[in-house]
Amino acid sequence: MLRKIYDWLDHRLDITPMWRGLADHEVPEHVNPAHYFSAFIYCFGGLTFFIVVIQILSGMFLTMYYVPDIVNAHASVEYLQNEVAFGKIVRGMHHWGASVAIVMLFLHTLRVFFTGAYKHPREFNWVIGILLFFVMLGLGFTGYLLPWDNKAYFATKVGVEIAASVPVVGPTIASFLLGGDIVGAQTLARFFALHVFFLPAALLGLLGAHFFLIRRQGISGPL
Amino acid sequence: MSHDNGNNKEIIYVGDSRIRANGPKPAPKDYSEFPGRTEPFFPNFLLKEWMVAVVVLVGFMTLVMAEEPPLGDLADPNNTNFIPIPDWYFLFLYQLLKFEWAGGPFIVIGTVVIPGIAFTALLLAPWLDRSKERRPLKRPIATGLMVLTLVAMVVLTWEAWDEYQKTVASAPSGGGDGEGEIVAAEDPAYTEIYKNQSCAQCHGENLEGVNGPSLLGVGKKLKADEIIDIMDNGRGAMPPGTFQGTDEEKKKLAEWLAKQK
Repeated sequence: MLRKIYDWLDHRLDITPMWRGLADHEVPEHVNPAHYFSAFIYCFGGLTFFIVVIQILSGMFLTMYYVPDIVNAHASVEYLQNEVAFGKIVRGMHHWGASVAIVMLFLHTLRVFFTGAYKHPREFNWVIGILLFFVMLGLGFTGYLLPWDNKAYFATKVGVEIAASVPVVGPTIASFLLGGDIVGAQTLARFFALHVFFLPAALLGLLGAHFFLIRRQGISGPL
Repeated sequence: MSHDNGNNKEIIYVGDSRIRANGPKPAPKDYSEFPGRTEPFFPNFLLKEWMVAVVVLVGFMTLVMAEEPPLGDLADPNNTNFIPIPDWYFLFLYQLLKFEWAGGPFIVIGTVVIPGIAFTALLLAPWLDRSKERRPLKRPIATGLMVLTLVAMVVLTWEAWDEYQKTVASAPSGGGDGEGEIVAAEDPAYTEIYKNQSCAQCHGENLEGVNGPSLLGVGKKLKADEIIDIMDNGRGAMPPGTFQGTDEEKKKLAEWLAKQK
């Protein structure tokens, strides 16, 4: 039955080459943790992606309850954490996942650096990777404000003050982040938009390029 | 390749539906042509990577279930006592600004020059380190710089956290430690004075703390005359002159609060 549905679709859409192209590419022995235990260091990139998927899914569920305005934000987080079924777990996954994602990303970057995998011809993918790192830090910074508790508020205030102290562009960056003169209603709305729309869009675009280049260039050989 | 064996495949077109795409698709190489034990990505290799991911997932979910995500009190811009702290992965940058040569009048060094050099070098690493050599021990400059940076980041993060803990410990936190139970709960200072004043709105009906700090155990830190001083002059977010009763009542209440040990 399934076979027939698949054939019917494949007949018209020719979908087989699409997924076979993904499925059939060869993975060399030296990155396979089943052959060498030490090859787990090659898993950090995949694990970063895995945690990013967890972040996207848990974040999608959090937005079902979260209200991005200064009157209700804190109360909505308190509600989703203490009243909603499994809210504690979903917020916990998003909260701790943010740190775990940074850790995994850090380990992945170090693996690529110490194995010299960024060298010719993979320079460009390294640059994309560093940009991904910045996007992830941006997601961390903007997400930190959203619960609108004291820790969030004052960390953002200090962060923006530091950004504002940069010569020439500082005040522009600060007013872009704040959307006004103080950390307030505008700032929260804007951080929410950055955290939920702009930065994830940048993240997914860069991730697509990252994976495309890996497929084009293959995994770097054994040391 | 199952799709390529000519089982009455219908015509495949290019973008213009009047033109047929022709020519067979190039088949991937057989795995026997690759060196070593090469595997297809799906499902063979992905299964192994998934097994690693499951180990990580179990550890991660254990953390999630063991540690409730923290949520502090509602942001209060007028709170002057709060000690700001960024998320842990920004701590090293934050701590950098506390050096005399990277803060105050030299803040540009801490905010632009050092992070600028470090991140530009990281971004341009493939062009700064152009040799063909890939083994870390055979390129001592790149490896050495990275190890030094890592050590600096760890030390700065640890220092920032240590400093934060010390500042929190020495800060006037106000109130008690929130532990234990109300001492002398039948005392009229509690049943009549405390509950009829505005105290309970912030410190809670049962001293548990609402917007203000808990007063349970406040007697461990403060004596009666110090408590009267706070009632008169306020402290932190607590405004001065909140106690509206007589001096006699104020004294009774302060003495009862000082018993909360």
